[in-house]
Amino acid sequence: MADDLLKSYRFRVEREGTWRELDAMIARAERHGLHSLDADELARVPGLYRACMSSLSVARSISLDANLLAYLESLTLRAYFVVYGVRANLGQVLARFFRRDFPTAVRRTRWSIALAAFLLLIGVATGWAVTAKEPAWFEAFVSPAMAQGRTPDATREDLAKTIFDKPKAADQLTAFATFLFTHNARIGMLCFALGAAFGVPVVLLLLYNGLTIGAICAVFAGKDLTVEFLAWLAIHGTTELAAIVLCGAAGFHLGGAMINPGRRARLAALREKGRTATILMVGAVVMLLVAAVLEGFGRQLIIDTTTRMAVGCTMLVLWLAYFAVAGRSVSTDPRNGG
Amino acid sequence: MAGDDAALRSVLTPEGVPIEVELADHGARAGALLIDLAVIFVALFITVLLLILVTPASGTAGIALFAILSFFLRCPFFMAFELRWRGQTPGKRVFKLRVVDRRGGALSPRAVAARNVTREIEVFMPATLLMIKPSDLGGSGMDNMLALAALIWLGIFTLLPMFNRDRLRIGDMIAGTWVVRAEPVALLKDLSTTPPSGRYRFTPTELDVYGIAELQVLERLLRQPATRATLDTKKEVQKRILDKIDWDDRDAVESESFLNEYYAALREHLERRALLGDRRADKHEAAQRRDGTPHDQG
Repeated sequence: MADDLLKSYRFRVEREGTWRELDAMIARAERHGLHSLDADELARVPGLYRACMSSLSVARSISLDANLLAYLESLTLRAYFVVYGVRANLGQVLARFFRRDFPTAVRRTRWSIALAAFLLLIGVATGWAVTAKEPAWFEAFVSPAMAQGRTPDATREDLAKTIFDKPKAADQLTAFATFLFTHNARIGMLCFALGAAFGVPVVLLLLYNGLTIGAICAVFAGKDLTVEFLAWLAIHGTTELAAIVLCGAAGFHLGGAMINPGRRARLAALREKGRTATILMVGAVVMLLVAAVLEGFGRQLIIDTTTRMAVGCTMLVLWLAYFAVAGRSVSTDPRNGG
Repeated sequence: MAGDDAALRSVLTPEGVPIEVELADHGARAGALLIDLAVIFVALFITVLLLILVTPASGTAGIALFAILSFFLRCPFFMAFELRWRGQTPGKRVFKLRVVDRRGGALSPRAVAARNVTREIEVFMPATLLMIKPSDLGGSGMDNMLALAALIWLGIFTLLPMFNRDRLRIGDMIAGTWVVRAEPVALLKDLSTTPPSGRYRFTPTELDVYGIAELQVLERLLRQPATRATLDTKKEVQKRILDKIDWDDRDAVESESFLNEYYAALREHLERRALLGDRRADKHEAAQRRDGTPHDQG
């Protein structure tokens, strides 16, 4: 009787048990997560997966049963997702990120960062100089929503009030802080995402942001409030602007992959640079969070100009030290970089 | 596996065995996104509404809260699910989609972060632009033009998957991933196992007329549920096969068993030939091998 059966069918009869076993485990893992498998089952999954994969290879050469082939393809694929899924130990991922990945990525992209910082500073300088000379330019650089009355026409008292007054309603404070936070975080993300468009939009975004800051600076400087305003800006601004520079750098890093992919295809280059750029980006979003806290709470609680300046400078020094030193000793193993 | 061949890609697993994957359909991906967005925003609305009702917070604070929460929910929602559910979100689960590394490696947390951070410009920025009222822009024509230009510019990113072969979003490009459809397939009964009645005996010549493609079409037909339409098709197919192999004794042929047995015999025949290195993809190739010359046949 056994001789009547097809080779491919006998093959199926022999292996079907392991397929079904793997199928049951994978189905459970898909529905309830990996932890629904006990230790024994977990230990068996990789072996069964490999067996299934070898069955697939054999079946491809000896069987013409379309359903069997489709079944094995899909089972192998599903098992592959389970075996090679994301290692989701979030704590470890986070710890590694801040201890090593983020500072290393910053050091690796220092030239992109320098370029982004340079553009932002050029923007600030231009905005400041132009507005100081001809206040009418202010409107071109700063939208009314952003200016909130801080225009060249405002009196010194009004301007001082925006820096030193505690906002009347706590509501406005939260709303404003949120606006700024999400606004800047979005600019950061835009920089990152637009980097793939050859980096051109990133240049514009950085310059434009610099112009806005410079124009507002000029308004305050015109009323002899330079130091006070810079302190008001610095308390959170050093962190926030550093983050925006990092986002811009991430964009340039990606743009570099598009402009000069080297010997690889553009897509492959983008993917490779994408790793470092993503690290920069995610780190920058965390920095923006810190900046938002400093802005929402620190700036409202600390009114004194010197203290504000001190906090801002301290944060900047801390960030620089972190980027310069952190993760240097452990970054020697290239295999963990992936 | 259903779907057109243009969507089939091969992923090389770390074991060195290529697995076939089917790229997700645009519609399914859009649908998955809509489901996810619906989940996010319904959760947001309920949370903020409860907060406003329960606490003495004002409407303005509510808006601020909504902005903060939506920022913390939007992209992280996708990231958290793709990390925990191994490349799936609730919407992707409904449509049986999954995010996979293009080169076949493990999906890294970094890739998940990269492909979701870019959602900000692919989905949320254009959506925000669409919701802005012209009057909010200061009403000048220039501002409206700028908003329109921004919308078009961002629209290019949103629609990018339509314009490349692998249906990659900008996030997929940066992260090195793509989205595939992975539907479980059930293992059905092997059709070659019905014991032969001995009524039909096919000669190698009678089996040489078809190739693998025809065999698998026949398999699909035999696996179809027995409706009237299926029965009619079976009769038609049987007639064609009989014509093709010049079967004499038509009266002795019984519909169901003939097709089953022809299938079993054909599969055995083709599998044996394939084992000997003679894989015949379809009837044209079969004809070619048989006669040694290329020629057309109906």
